[in-house]
Amino acid sequence: MARIRNFSITAHIDHGKSTLADRLIQYAGLVDEREFHDQILDNMDIERERGITIKSQTVCLPYTSRSGEEYILNLIDTPGHVDFSYEVSRALASCEGILLLVDASQGVEAQTQANLYLALEHDLAIIPVINKIDLPAADIERTREMIEAELGLDPEKAILCSAKEGKGIEDIFEAITREIPAPSGRVEAPLRALIFDAQYDSFRGAIISCRIFDGRVRPGDMIRLFSLGTVHKVEEVGVFRLRREKRKELGAGEVGYIIAGVKTVSDTRVGDTIVLEEDSKALPLPGFKEVKPVVFSSIYPINSDDNASLADALERYKLNDAALTYQRDSSAALGQGFRCGFLGLLHLEVFQERLEREFNQAIIMTSPSVRYKFVLAGGKEVTVENPEYYPDPALIEYALEPYIRATILVPDRYMGAVMTLCLGRRGTNSHFNYITRGRMEINFDMPLAEIIHDFYDKLKTITQGYGSFDYDLLDYRRDNLVKVDILVNGEVVDALATIAHVDRARPRAKEICDRLRKEIPRHMFKIAIQGAVGGKIIARSTISALRKDVTAKCYGGDITRKRKLLEKQAKGKKRMKMIGKVMIPQSAFVAVLKSDDE
Amino acid sequence: MMNDIPAGLYVHVPFCRTKCPYCDFYSLTDLTTAAAFADDIRSEAELYRRDFREFDSLYLGGGTPSVLPAGKIARITGILRELFSLSESSEITIEVNPDDVTKDKLEEYKDAGFNRISVGVQSFVGGELEILGRRHDARRAERALQLIREEGFTNFGLDLIYGYQGQTRESWLFSLETALRFSPRHLSCYQLTLSDSTPLGGKRSLLRPVIFEEEKQRSFFLETSRLLTDRGYIHYEVSNYAREEKYIAVHNSRYWRHLPYLGLGPAAHSFRGGRRWWNLSSLRLYRESLREKKRPLRGEEELDRGRLLLEELMLGFRTREGVPLTLIREIGGGEEVLNGLLEEKLVVVNAGRAAPTREGFLLADKIPLRFNWGEKNGRGG
Ligand SMILES: Nc1nc2c(ncn2[C@@H]2O[C@H](COP(=O)(O)OP(=O)(O)O)[C@@H](O)[C@H]2O)c(=O)[nH]1
Ligand code: SF4
Repeated sequence: MARIRNFSITAHIDHGKSTLADRLIQYAGLVDEREFHDQILDNMDIERERGITIKSQTVCLPYTSRSGEEYILNLIDTPGHVDFSYEVSRALASCEGILLLVDASQGVEAQTQANLYLALEHDLAIIPVINKIDLPAADIERTREMIEAELGLDPEKAILCSAKEGKGIEDIFEAITREIPAPSGRVEAPLRALIFDAQYDSFRGAIISCRIFDGRVRPGDMIRLFSLGTVHKVEEVGVFRLRREKRKELGAGEVGYIIAGVKTVSDTRVGDTIVLEEDSKALPLPGFKEVKPVVFSSIYPINSDDNASLADALERYKLNDAALTYQRDSSAALGQGFRCGFLGLLHLEVFQERLEREFNQAIIMTSPSVRYKFVLAGGKEVTVENPEYYPDPALIEYALEPYIRATILVPDRYMGAVMTLCLGRRGTNSHFNYITRGRMEINFDMPLAEIIHDFYDKLKTITQGYGSFDYDLLDYRRDNLVKVDILVNGEVVDALATIAHVDRARPRAKEICDRLRKEIPRHMFKIAIQGAVGGKIIARSTISALRKDVTAKCYGGDITRKRKLLEKQAKGKKRMKMIGKVMIPQSAFVAVLKSDDE
Repeated sequence: MMNDIPAGLYVHVPFCRTKCPYCDFYSLTDLTTAAAFADDIRSEAELYRRDFREFDSLYLGGGTPSVLPAGKIARITGILRELFSLSESSEITIEVNPDDVTKDKLEEYKDAGFNRISVGVQSFVGGELEILGRRHDARRAERALQLIREEGFTNFGLDLIYGYQGQTRESWLFSLETALRFSPRHLSCYQLTLSDSTPLGGKRSLLRPVIFEEEKQRSFFLETSRLLTDRGYIHYEVSNYAREEKYIAVHNSRYWRHLPYLGLGPAAHSFRGGRRWWNLSSLRLYRESLREKKRPLRGEEELDRGRLLLEELMLGFRTREGVPLTLIREIGGGEEVLNGLLEEKLVVVNAGRAAPTREGFLLADKIPLRFNWGEKNGRGG
């Protein structure tokens, strides 16, 4: 155990976390130069494009130190987005230290600081690493100053590195062995292992990633997943070395995987504790919480014939995403579909993209909603996360909506902008606090509904990327809510309805109407788009009729070109939904979700 | 048999004295090799002798056929008559530029058998010709028409262009009225379109005319159609009017009816029996290919039933003839779409065909999209 180190790399986006991870893997000799180029830690296309890691992957690196001692270094990768903050916290709970990476040309940024706080919360050893020193714009001295002033870390300890050129890698390895404590834990005690991730494998079911805190686990052991109470027989244990490598056992302090006939990822819980079945007095590791979806949206196949295929895709998707929830749903406008629950908007977006790209599903997604509660006359309480089931307003005694406590870290020059943003989103109970010189922590209570659309994007824009954001769910609070209906050519399109605070109903309706106006192509007739609350029109926009569409000349040479154009247009038409006489493109449903100034 | 139906013959003369800023036809302003063009046509025509025999229309277009030196037009028709058979009653058309029209040329054309002349007038207003970048002046066009009549050509027509800034309702009506004074048998009134591939497109766009916004285009179109119909013209295609049934362009109508035609010359298109092919858009490459006795093809396509159907809709709804109801019934949901179009007064049904109304003409590019031509009715395959 003395020769094991468990660590994560954390960094502001683009500071070089993936590149460094690749380098460490290469240095440890797990891949050769050629493989190095096609191997990367976060290997999903969507993640790579967005520059974020969603699914953690772990890798076990052998290292022989300068003094000749052999170490096992477990690199635990962490997802990089607030939607997955619980997963991040479980990954960090499995480590004893982190590499805090700082880009020498950018210096300390918001996420660097947020990462530091997370690490401090988990009482981890922190090794600052100054990356990209090869860049002409690298300013090592300035970066050192920031590390001292803004992070409160010893700048002398910072390691200079160029992940790109492979410089300083050995120094990093040495620092890991030196600065990060060996794991503690009692091998002789009964098994306690923390689940920090799970992946689905079509042959083996769920591959559970875990950190063993106490005891040991071997094939043949009967184990119990503490919070679920389910019992499984361990089939295989091992470590990740890009591929899985079987081991005879995993013992306290180690990080690895367990295969135990657990069918799907949904049959596990991140944060749960694995104990031995016979150990009836076992106590779980601290920090478990059941992650619950907080954002809901309905999905419909563009072509209603594809419903069965969508159901099948969801089932397969769910195998590897325990956080996703779904159930059947139907819409007058869009037909049969599913109501899905997500951890946050990014989770939703990734879901949408993967469903389209990897599962080949052309879908329409409705505007996301939170879960509201309504207390009806007579005291009955109903929960509603789909505007379609909005109760009869006459019966509503009062409405409740979920609130969060937002924590925002920014340089103090952005304070005004952040205040304006939060107050505009119905933020209350504000709190300000200087954490270091020039840097503030701002807290607000805000309705969750106000942050699920585009809050994070907005915050990043107004703070030029320096604002970091995190939140905790608080409680439900009374608010005055209404249901906003959207009518296209006089027909209510149920899939476009949203629930909004009464003060925000009109601007929200107007925004939706305007977006739809931009997205719906002109038809041969005029199209009215209206927003209504309780039958009263509160916003409108119009799409003028297409009154002329004909090319002047169509002779021998024009015919093929013209036909090809029509074929292309017809293809586009296939991706539209007919609502009454109006064709609404999929993009219109998507556009309604987007932030206004894109 | 397909090959027995007489086809139309088109010759693309790829020369113009100057290039008009809105035009995307293939043509060169370097006329040094124009005299040799008749020989090119001979070489190319020879390559088609086995496949095409009989024609019943000939159309010399371009480009500007009238820029060819004296005697060359007659040479071309001579060659074509030698290699193919052109029926007695054929419509034989030549496009001319007013600038080129002289007594001598007209006599050459008459002797060569041309019985129809199409004059590229575009406008009778000097300022507008300038905007359009045309080389002739307005008076020249009137004189050309005068001469054509004097030379005894009864079947002549002219092209006019409208719908660009700088033109007013009055100036357009003036051009129309001036045209009508000559009692043309045929009139083509084109709304100006600018394609991105025009030679002056892009960087020198300041030189290009600017087209009207939609509502104005509409009102000019509708007014033109009403006026010409009132004066006894048949509005038989989106942009084409004929004084009587018998003056409806025979050759051009082939394009809209999926009847076979052979196109010779660079960039010319041909069609027969569900196959379409087109020539290289470069005189140099075209000539190189001919030198190797190879057909100077740039591309071709085979039209399956679905594509033929789409084209029939697309072309049919551009003409007064319209589309046969039998065809519409072949399409899944076709009847329903037709009822919608009738209700919206975009088409009328007459003698077993659905034909566009004036409003229908204006939306001719949209109408085919209303049909699900990909889906057959009832039967499969
Ligand atoms: N010049 C230079 N570029 C680097 C270095 N490390 C990473 N990069 C580049 O920085 C960008 C972001 O790196 P990446 O590892 O994807 O960052 P991540 O978002 O933190 O995972 C990529 O274009 C890398 O090639 C370095 O040491 N020097
Ligand atoms: S419009 Fe006619 S004359 Fe002008 S360039 Fe085009 S083909 Fe030549």
